Amino acid sequence: MKRPGLATACTAMLRRDLTLAWRRRGDIAMPVLYALIVTMLFPFALGPEDTLLQRIAGGVVLVTVLLAMLLALDAMFSSDIEDGSLEQLVLAPQPLALMLGMKILAHWLTTALPLIVIAPLLAAMLHLPGAVIPVLLLALLLATPLLSLLGAVLVALTAGTRRSGMLLALMLLPLCMPAVIFAAGAVAAAQQGLPWLAPIAWLAAALVLAVVLAPLACAAALRIALDA
Amino acid sequence: MTAANTAVPLLEARALSFLRQDEPVFAPLDFHLHAGELALVEGDNGSGKTTLLRILAGLLHVGEGELRWRGEPMQRDTCAGEILFLGHQLGLKADLSPRENLQIAAGLFGCRDGVSVATALEEVGLRGYEDEPVRRLSAGQKKRAALARLLLLPATLWLLDEPYANLDRIGIALVNQLLETHTAAGGAALVTSHGAVGFHGGEPRHIRMHA
Repeated sequence: MKRPGLATACTAMLRRDLTLAWRRRGDIAMPVLYALIVTMLFPFALGPEDTLLQRIAGGVVLVTVLLAMLLALDAMFSSDIEDGSLEQLVLAPQPLALMLGMKILAHWLTTALPLIVIAPLLAAMLHLPGAVIPVLLLALLLATPLLSLLGAVLVALTAGTRRSGMLLALMLLPLCMPAVIFAAGAVAAAQQGLPWLAPIAWLAAALVLAVVLAPLACAAALRIALDA
Repeated sequence: MTAANTAVPLLEARALSFLRQDEPVFAPLDFHLHAGELALVEGDNGSGKTTLLRILAGLLHVGEGELRWRGEPMQRDTCAGEILFLGHQLGLKADLSPRENLQIAAGLFGCRDGVSVATALEEVGLRGYEDEPVRRLSAGQKKRAALARLLLLPATLWLLDEPYANLDRIGIALVNQLLETHTAAGGAALVTSHGAVGFHGGEPRHIRMHA
C-alpha cells in the first residue's frame, strides 16, 4: 500500500467537485441568470441615458456579480456535512486546508468564472466604454476569488448552525466591503483616465493573504463544527 | 500475530470519557485492542456508542482520560489514514456513482495492493450498479457501496457504526467475512451493533457502555 501524493489527492478533490457541479448544471446557471436580470433592469429603472448609466456601470456590474456569488456560497459545505463526506475528508491522511482550498477553487470555477465570462456583456448593457472593460475584468478576477475565500471561512464558521444564511450575509457584508471599494475604485479611475494600478495592487495583496490564510481558517472552523 | 503485536496494544483507552455540556456521555471506559482483535461495543440507545467511535476516529476530542495508539499518546498525524470510520452517514455523494465515489476515496486514502475499484465493488455485490448514481440505489446497496471502502482502502483499525443496518442476510454474511479477513490479516475493528453478529474468527472482546 502507498499513500497517494498531494497532487493525486488535489486532483481527486477538484474532479469530484467539478463533476458534482456538472451533474447539477442548473445550479451553475442560477447566479448567471440572476446577474443578467439585475443588470438588465437598471436601464429600465433609471432610463436609458448614456451618461448616467456609464457613471454607475462599473459599480453595478461589480455589486451584481458579488451578490450573485452570494447565492451559491451557502451550499459550499452543507451537502458534504449532511452526507458525511466531510467526516471522511477530515479523516483522510491529507492536509485538510489544502483539500478545502481545492473545494474553494472548484467553487470559484463553477460560480465566479461564468459570471466573469458574461461580465463584458453586462458592462456593454450599461454602456461602459470598451477601454475600461479589461480593467473591470482584472478587478473581477481578483475580487471574486477573494470573496470565495472569505465566504468559505464564514460558511465554515456557521456550518454547525441552522439557518446560517442570514448570519452569513450579515458577517460577509463588512468583509467584502474593501473588495468592492478597491475594485470599483480601479474601474472608476480607469474610466476617468487616471492610474488604476494602486487599487488593483491592493486587491491582489488581499487575495494573496486570503489564499494563504483562508483555507487554514476553514479547516480549523470545520474541525470545530464536527467536534460537537 | 507476532509477539511484538501482543506486547503493545494497537489502541488503548484509559478512563476515557466525553463531556457534553459538562455532563459525561458515558461512564469512564478502560479497554485495549490488539492487532487481530475484534471488539463489539454494546449498549442501549443513547449510551454513547457512536460518540465513542467518533472520539476514536479523532472527530471528537477526548473529554477526560487518555487514548494511546501503539503505546504512544494518540495524535491526529500519527494515525491518520490508519483508521477507517464508517458512520451512520455513509460519506457517499448521491450524485456520483459508486465507482466515482470509490475513486475519490482512493485518491485521498490510497489503495490496498491488488485491489481495484472494480474488484472491490464486485466483491460487495454491486456488479452492474457501478455507474448508477448512488441516489438511485437502495439503502442496502448504498451501505454495500460504503463497505467497498473497507476492501479498497488501506487501514489498520476499522471503526464501524452499525455496519449491519439495512443489510440483507447475504450482506450481513459479507460484513462478517470482511471482519474475519481483516482481523486474520492483523487488522483490528471496533463494531457497534445490536446483535446479528456471527463472528467466527475467535471470541470478540466486549466493551459495555453505560450512560
